[in-house]
Amino acid sequence: MTNSAFVLPVSAAGALRRHPLVERYAPIVTIVLGLIAIWYVAAVLMNLSLVRGGFEREETPYTVSELIAGTMSAERPLLPAPHQVIAAFVDSVFGYAPNAPRSLVYHSAVTLSATLLGFALGALLGIGLALMIVHSRVLEKSLLPWIICSQMVPILALAPIFIVVLGAMGLQGLLPKSIISAYLCFFPITIGMVKGFTAPDPMQLDLMRTWSATPRQVLAKLRWPSAVPYLFASLKVAISISLIGAIVAELPTGGEAGIGARLLAGSYYGQTIQIWAALLVSAILASALIGLVDMTQRMVGLRMGTRP
Amino acid sequence: MGLQTSRSLKPDNPGATLRPDGREPFVAAIEPVRMSKTADATVESVPLPPRLAVDIRNVSLTFETSDGKVDALSNVSLQIADAEFVSFIGPSGCGKTTMLRVIADLQQPTTGTLLVNGVSAEQARLERRYGYVFQAPALFPWRTIEKNLKLPLEVMGFSDSEQQQRAARYLALVNLTGFERKFPWQLSGGMQQRVSIARALSFDPALLLMDEPFGALDEIVRDHLNEQLLRLWDKTGKTVLFVTHSIPEAVFLSTKIVVMSPRPGRIIDIIDCNFPRDRTLEIRETPEFLKIAQRVRIGLRAGHSYDE
Repeated sequence: MTNSAFVLPVSAAGALRRHPLVERYAPIVTIVLGLIAIWYVAAVLMNLSLVRGGFEREETPYTVSELIAGTMSAERPLLPAPHQVIAAFVDSVFGYAPNAPRSLVYHSAVTLSATLLGFALGALLGIGLALMIVHSRVLEKSLLPWIICSQMVPILALAPIFIVVLGAMGLQGLLPKSIISAYLCFFPITIGMVKGFTAPDPMQLDLMRTWSATPRQVLAKLRWPSAVPYLFASLKVAISISLIGAIVAELPTGGEAGIGARLLAGSYYGQTIQIWAALLVSAILASALIGLVDMTQRMVGLRMGTRP
Repeated sequence: MGLQTSRSLKPDNPGATLRPDGREPFVAAIEPVRMSKTADATVESVPLPPRLAVDIRNVSLTFETSDGKVDALSNVSLQIADAEFVSFIGPSGCGKTTMLRVIADLQQPTTGTLLVNGVSAEQARLERRYGYVFQAPALFPWRTIEKNLKLPLEVMGFSDSEQQQRAARYLALVNLTGFERKFPWQLSGGMQQRVSIARALSFDPALLLMDEPFGALDEIVRDHLNEQLLRLWDKTGKTVLFVTHSIPEAVFLSTKIVVMSPRPGRIIDIIDCNFPRDRTLEIRETPEFLKIAQRVRIGLRAGHSYDE
C-alpha cells in the first residue's frame, strides 16, 4: 500500500502509452512535428540574409525577433515557413471557385484526369507486354531490352518531343499528357507482372497440365490470380509515377493548366509559396491515389482469402 | 501380352473415339466415367483378360545435367492390372517419382513404350484418365475448399450443377463436409491433403497417381489417412499408383510393392501382397505382414549395397 501512490502515475502514463490511438499515431505525429521543427529552423537560416538585406537597404533598425519574424513572413522567401505554405494552400483550395484559374482544385482536376487516363493506359500496356513476354521467349528477348532502354531516356528530354510530335498529329490537351504519363508508369507494371505471371508453383502448373488445361485456362485460373499481389505492388509504384509523368508533361505545354503549370508559373515569377502549395497538393494527390490502390488491394485480398 | 489384340469390339460405339481401346469403361462405385456412360455399359459380355491400367516396356529416361548424364530410369518394365494398388518404394533418387511423372506425361521417356489404359501417356492425359496427388496439397490459396475441388471440373467444362454436386459428394468422401467456404490456410496439413485427394478423384479418373501424398504428415495423421485411403480404394475400385518412403505404409496399402534402387533407377523386386481388402492397421503386427516388410527391407538393402 505504501508505494501505491508512487506507482499510480507511472501506470497511468503506461496506460496512456499503450492506448491504441497513441500506439498507432504517436510515431507518425512525432516524425511530422520533428520535420516541421526542422523546416522552421531551415526557413529562418535560409531567409535570414534576405531579410537582413531588406532591413539594411531601408536603413531601418531591427531587432533579432523582428528579423526572425521577417524570415517567416517574407513575400518571396527562399524557403517559405510551413504556416505560409498552408495558408497559401488553404487560400488557393478554398478561396476560389473550383473552376477558377487560380484555384488549386481546378489545376488538380486537370492533372488528375491526365494521371488517371495515363495510369489506365500504362496499366494496360504494362500487363499486355508482360503477357507477351511470359508467353514467348522470342518476344522476351526482343522486347525486354527496348523496355529497359525506354526508361533510361530522361522524361524531361522526351516530354517536349512527345508534345510537339503529337501536337503535329493533331493531338492536344489531355491525351499527350496521358501518353507521357503512361510511358513512365507501364514499366514497373511490366516488370512486376512478368514476375507475377511466372509466380505459380511448378506443382500447380503440373496440376493444370494433368487436367490438360488450355493455355487460356492456365492464364485465367492460375497465372492471373497468382500475379495479383505483384499487380498491386507495381500499381502502387506506377500510380505515383504516372502523377509525376502528368506533372512533367504539363511543363513544356507552356503552363496553361495543371499542377505542373502552377509550378512553372511559380518559378517564373519567383512565387516560392505558390510552388510549395502546388507541391503540397501533388503530395496529397499522390497519397490519396496510393491509398485508393491500397484500399482496392484490401478488398480484393478479402475476396481472395488472404490471411489477415 | 495379348494386349493389343483384344480391342475394337464395337466399331460403331459412339464412345469409341474417346475410348480407342474399345474396352469396358472403368465403372466406379460412385459414378461411371463421364464420357461414355450409357454406350459401353450395355455391351461387353465377352470376358477379357484382366485389363492393364499401366503397361511400361523397356522405358529409360536420361536427364542431361551440368555434371553429365543421370539415368533416372533404366530399362524399366512393369505391368499393372486394373484395380490394383501398387506402391513404389526405394531410396531418394531411385526414379519412383520420375516413373509416376512419365506415366502422367509430365515427363517423356528417352526410350521405351508406355501405355496407360491402353493408350499413350499423352493421350491418357489429354483424355483426363488419371488424377495426380502431389507430395504437397498444392491447393490454390485464393480459392475456397469447395472452389479448389471445382477447379478441375471447371477446366474440364462440367456444368455448374454437376460441379456443385460432385464437390459436395467428394468432400463428403474425405470427411470434409462443412469446410466448403474455408480457405486452404484455415485447414491442417492432413485436411489439405485430403482435399487434394478429393480433387484428384472429383472427375472420376480410373487411375490415381500419388506421389508421397502423406510424406509431410506426422505418423498419427498418416496412419489415419492410410486407413481412409484403403477404404476409398476399396469403395471406388480405382487403380492406385503410390510412391512412398515408408515400408509399413507400402505393405499395409498395396496389392503389389515395387522395390526400386537408384543410379541407375531400376526395379529390383516386385512383391505381391494380398491382405484382405477390409484390413485394419492391426495387421501390421501379424507375422505375414512382418514377413513381407522384411522382404521389402532386404530388397532395399540389396539395392543400396550396389550403390556403395
